[in-house]
Amino acid sequence: MIRFMPLAATTVVFLLGFLACAIAFPNFASLRVVMDLLTDNAFLGIVAVGMTFVIISGGIDLSVGAVIGFTTVFLALAIERAGIPPVAAFALILVICALYGALMGAAIQYFELPAFIVTLAGMFLARGASFLLSTESIPINAPLYADLADNALRLGGGARLTVPAMIMLAVVLGGAALLHFTRFGANVYALGGSRGSAALMGIDVGRTTVAIYTLSSVLAGVAGIVFSLYTSSGYSLSAVGVELDAIAAAVIGGTLLSGGYGFVFGTFVGVLIQGLIQTYITFDGTLSSWWAKIATGLLLFAFIAFQQATLHVARRRRPAGVTSP
Amino acid sequence: MDQPQASPLLTATGFCKSFAGFVALDHVDFTLHAGEIHALLGENGAGKSTLIKTMTGVVQRDAGSLTLNGEEIAPHSAKEAAKAGIATVYQEVNLAPNLSVAQNLFLGRQPTRLGFVREGEMRRRARALVAEFGLDVDVSLPLERYSVAVQHIVAIARAVDLSARVLILDEPTASLDAHEVEVLFAVMRQLRARGIGIVFVTHFLDQVYAVCDRITVLRNGRLAGTAAVADMPRMDLVTMMLGHELSEATHVRPPHREGGETLAIFSGFGKAGYVEPFDLTLQKGRVVGLAGLLGSGRTETARLVFGAERADHGSATVAGREAKLASPGEALRLGFGYCPEERKTEGIVAELSVRENIVLALQARRGVLKPLSRREQDAIARRFIELLDIRPPDPERPIGLLSGGNQQKALLARWLATEPRLLILDEPTRGIDVGAHAEIIQLIRKLCAEGMALLIVSSELEEIVTYADEVIVLRDRAHVARLTGDALSVSGILGAIAADASQAA
Amino acid sequence: MSAMPFRLPRIGTSQVAALLAILAMNWLVSPQFFEIRLQDGRLFGSLIDVLNRGAPVALLSLGMVLVVAMRGIDLSVGAVMAIAGAIAASLADSHSLPVVLAAALGAGLLCGLWNGILVAVFGIQPIVATLILMVAGRGIAQLITEGRIVTFTSPSLAWFGGGSVLGLPPPVVLTLAMLVLTLVIVRGTALGLLIEATGANAKASALAGVGTRLITIATYVWCGLCAALAGVVAAADILGADANNAGLWLELDAILAVVIGGTSLLGGRFSLVLAVVGALIIQAMNTGILLSGFPPETNLIVKAMVVLAVLLAQSPRLSGLATFLRGKSR
Repeated sequence: MIRFMPLAATTVVFLLGFLACAIAFPNFASLRVVMDLLTDNAFLGIVAVGMTFVIISGGIDLSVGAVIGFTTVFLALAIERAGIPPVAAFALILVICALYGALMGAAIQYFELPAFIVTLAGMFLARGASFLLSTESIPINAPLYADLADNALRLGGGARLTVPAMIMLAVVLGGAALLHFTRFGANVYALGGSRGSAALMGIDVGRTTVAIYTLSSVLAGVAGIVFSLYTSSGYSLSAVGVELDAIAAAVIGGTLLSGGYGFVFGTFVGVLIQGLIQTYITFDGTLSSWWAKIATGLLLFAFIAFQQATLHVARRRRPAGVTSP
Repeated sequence: MDQPQASPLLTATGFCKSFAGFVALDHVDFTLHAGEIHALLGENGAGKSTLIKTMTGVVQRDAGSLTLNGEEIAPHSAKEAAKAGIATVYQEVNLAPNLSVAQNLFLGRQPTRLGFVREGEMRRRARALVAEFGLDVDVSLPLERYSVAVQHIVAIARAVDLSARVLILDEPTASLDAHEVEVLFAVMRQLRARGIGIVFVTHFLDQVYAVCDRITVLRNGRLAGTAAVADMPRMDLVTMMLGHELSEATHVRPPHREGGETLAIFSGFGKAGYVEPFDLTLQKGRVVGLAGLLGSGRTETARLVFGAERADHGSATVAGREAKLASPGEALRLGFGYCPEERKTEGIVAELSVRENIVLALQARRGVLKPLSRREQDAIARRFIELLDIRPPDPERPIGLLSGGNQQKALLARWLATEPRLLILDEPTRGIDVGAHAEIIQLIRKLCAEGMALLIVSSELEEIVTYADEVIVLRDRAHVARLTGDALSVSGILGAIAADASQAA
Repeated sequence: MSAMPFRLPRIGTSQVAALLAILAMNWLVSPQFFEIRLQDGRLFGSLIDVLNRGAPVALLSLGMVLVVAMRGIDLSVGAVMAIAGAIAASLADSHSLPVVLAAALGAGLLCGLWNGILVAVFGIQPIVATLILMVAGRGIAQLITEGRIVTFTSPSLAWFGGGSVLGLPPPVVLTLAMLVLTLVIVRGTALGLLIEATGANAKASALAGVGTRLITIATYVWCGLCAALAGVVAAADILGADANNAGLWLELDAILAVVIGGTSLLGGRFSLVLAVVGALIIQAMNTGILLSGFPPETNLIVKAMVVLAVLLAQSPRLSGLATFLRGKSR
């Protein structure tokens, strides 16, 4: 089951990390800490699911952080200034995000440009557009926001499964189902395995590519909605650098950056590991925030080295021969 | 669906195709019957792959008609061809290696319920399908976990399950071992019994005689002949593939040269799964030719000698000293040069100018810190452009814009500029025009006379006998014969190539 | 000048024309654009400002262009800038200038070596290999500054920001010097030829005996050094180091400068001079937007448009190459 090795390794790292935290801090091992972990990392989890699709297909999406930022500003202005009902604003921004992602996917596919540079332009454009809308942080006071913030599943002991956390869990489950149990998901893997072969096998590579980037942008839009719920505001500088956290979560979760391999669940655990590092630092109180970046970098290195090593071993080993007919 | 036994399944008539003036197919006819395994043979550049590509719509033909089951068809892409019932399985299997065997078999047409793939149902069907082909594999494992043979059979199973009536197998056996070939043949025979027509491209004559019913041979873009296997003895077949084009009389054998000073001795040199260990002695002022069919180990031998591939057996002694030959850089410093067969991908740096391409190896040997000044570069480029008559004589033109023959001359210049002691040429005259052809042969003779050692891979047998002092014949990745003196003739080489492997064993 | 060890760029006219057009536009927006005055032995003016502010990205692009020409990419240069700036600022008041510079530049070299080894020895894709340092590097920089904005008063280091050489700001002179030095190293030796050959066709170059591994490492090391120098300049400019923001997103500007300078992301031919011109084009646009009174926020949009324009301009070439490659593989 060499396929599940990275996934298993990630899960073990998370469990060991959690155990270490529980030993270090007596009141760490509580449902409340776990629920807070989910709430605090909800937007990252959502966007990382989209990133997993993109990376498995052999691409990358650098625009997601900027799309989140744009979404929060758009929502704040639409709801507070234009008086659009929040639900209508949510629908509107998701449509905009879908079109935006489709456009980037189309540029990648039909101009045969590297995804890296197209989504980089997408990042500039989305961030610039949100700056144009507003450079200030705009509070959102719509009643729905307060309702959603209060509306949480109370699990006792002060633990609350909040709406953002629920949305993230739904996206993770939905993403896993889409990636692992549908034709579309199989096509995503096929693209990451070999674009040329996928085309020869009759897959509509163009449509799949456009769909993948559309999905990533829509999930970034959902993450933006969750982010604005979480902060009750819209700010053009929100979620700067989230694309890197999302990529890191996917890689730590066992997704191969060159495409073709990965699991949504692994990405979820990768997000939790990053959240765990943050939580550890908060609990410790003396550690500074930069250790989170260094620790993430070290984990990234460890997992990339691990992947490289397994690839090397896999290539060295003679593949299983024909079993006698 | 009762068809008379001899009704043609697929007929290509008068196929023509040229690329930028180069004629790749010249009025080629090809007929495939249902329930027949048809070998399509020919050396590199004979037109096999162009014929396949034009029949499957990957490349559009200039002229000719194609009928499948009596109906005229004109596929414009591999997808359309597959829809019509013509499927191709290439040597590098075109499947998704990271997906499970089952997903590969059913990609794009997985059984679904409410949009979700019915994994259990798909695996059940996949198991049944691979079982038909005598394969016992875990269909839930990624395809890449299995050998190339299994991957080929999976690709065939997918194609057949997609109702292919014509199956084109493009060199499926190139990287298989003997047992795996047998498994593949069993599958092919089974498909033949089902009435599927199979076009089988291979370099291995033994395999042709083991499994095929008919043979079609292409040579230089023309149909060289087609016959039932029983009517085509091995010698006739090899002659048809490599045989006489120019009359022997026009060739003047060089006076027999005495072996000069020994430059390099390879003993027991080889690499597992690449080339069987061989002994080879290279002497100054002497040409050693490597002959054999495509895939017989000619190119592989050349690459081992140059260190482009690292040997894991035996030893090499160059100018009296032990040499590891671990990299092309080391070979370069030993005074070796190598013009690969794949000129475009491994030879020229298309974007760079003729001048830069010519000085590249010399500069690599001198190292980063001893740059050739622009004046020196210009002088070297000018000298070789003049010496080899490279056209157009513009050293600053990107080499990618030159014709094949002139690119080849520039590559020769790249190595001549390093004043090598040994020059290894792989198919130096392939795909170039007649004029340049003669000039390159002339050059080989001249270099040899000046005392250079040469190791030349060629499938132009009439040519090789005119300049080689010794020809080594390869078959199935092993050196099987060494011909010198009077034994060194086209018929001698053909005989050695055609000799049955079972006799040699 | 005929002895200069570099060819005149063949395709540089469009870049130079673009730069001139943007400068002319700036002049239309702000008539004082080309005015230069001498004050306290130092030149001032918008044009000088463009040169001065463009220096960090120009320095980055000098390293980046070599990496890109080898068909690689270095995402970590922004983080390396932060590390070098943090080291320089932390040591400035307690150590002599040579020690400060050696420490900062040495750190850059080490970062480049790390990247180069990951790419050339372990065979990790460049974008992945340099991502590690991009993520961790900023953390390391914050570790050095302990999360604070470290300020310094050392006049010797401050000179790199506020001093003058023949009236010009030191960053401009430093960039020019680095350009010449890089030109000498790359075009004065055979490195340039070998980089272009390897970037354009690695297989053929390896078969011609080119030692591609060492060259790859060397380009990443040089990229790290250039990034460290840019970091020192940025720190000297603000008399301090802000590990959070120093060099933030500048890796993207540097890549953009390289691409504007006509070097393909697919490797091969490169031009150092045009990469610097690319950096100046980016800065001239930034300055122009500021001068025109548009909100600085429009900057990113304009940048996005430029990326799109350059991409579309390069696209036929890319797609042509793609068809070419596809034709070969079958």
